[in-house]
Amino acid sequence: MIPWERVGDTVTTKVDRQESAVLRTVVQQIDEMLKDRQAEAPQDELAELTGIRTGPTTAPDDPILSRLLPDFHRLDNEDADKQDRDSAAALRSLHEPELLDLKTGVAGVLLDTCPPGGGVVELSLEQADAWLSALNDVRLALGTTLGVSEDMPDQLPDDDPRAPHLGIYHWLTWMQESLVAALTGADG
Amino acid sequence: MSTPVERVEPVAAEFTAEDKPWQAIVWNDPVNLMSYVTYVFQKLFGYSREQATKLMLDVHHKGRAIVSSGSKEKVEGDVAKLHAAGLWATMQHES
Repeated sequence: MIPWERVGDTVTTKVDRQESAVLRTVVQQIDEMLKDRQAEAPQDELAELTGIRTGPTTAPDDPILSRLLPDFHRLDNEDADKQDRDSAAALRSLHEPELLDLKTGVAGVLLDTCPPGGGVVELSLEQADAWLSALNDVRLALGTTLGVSEDMPDQLPDDDPRAPHLGIYHWLTWMQESLVAALTGADG
Repeated sequence: MSTPVERVEPVAAEFTAEDKPWQAIVWNDPVNLMSYVTYVFQKLFGYSREQATKLMLDVHHKGRAIVSSGSKEKVEGDVAKLHAAGLWATMQHES
């Protein structure tokens, strides 16, 4: 892969077959998790009638989904009271369906524009923003699984089962950093 | 800052908890990139590069920053957008 380059309102890069396969696989995995969560949303006749959808009121048990779909209030500190918990439940139910649509939407843009066999990726600025969000979501997911911390080493010992995944995480980090730089002109 | 055309009389309003503005807060996390967080603040709130960078550094060094405030509806929408961008955001009543 080469760094992203912006010319006018288009950003481009190249990915080889293996890079494309890795990227598409991790994005598809997150997309499936999000779609499973979507399928869990309560179905009711009133929602179908009014078009106002409601999502679940409680955070996902899965740590990856719970990071991708955060609460609207901090519920993990001592100050959180019943009012906060009730409000967070109501806000989640109200906003989660749209958030899931947005996250599966950006994953879809990436999968539509990343050639499965490798090749040139050419994006409009809007598609580039979708890629940034999608890349961020997969980094959050991998980061949660790997237990990434501020002082994460560049490499783990070879016998650490997380070592290959950390390589992918760092590669995605580089790809996202490069795309932000191309969009903001920070790469000179 | 622009100069106000009309002088606004200070109002001695009786503030209740309901009148207090809400705040959108972004929390530090070890995954989100500094450059990406700055980009998101500029994009979502129209902050200058300098303002957005300062807020991002507050998140990084102090663990959190208030990135917007106002009515409950406005702040709720802001937090929803921050969640879509993958940032760890919550909302609270100004204390």
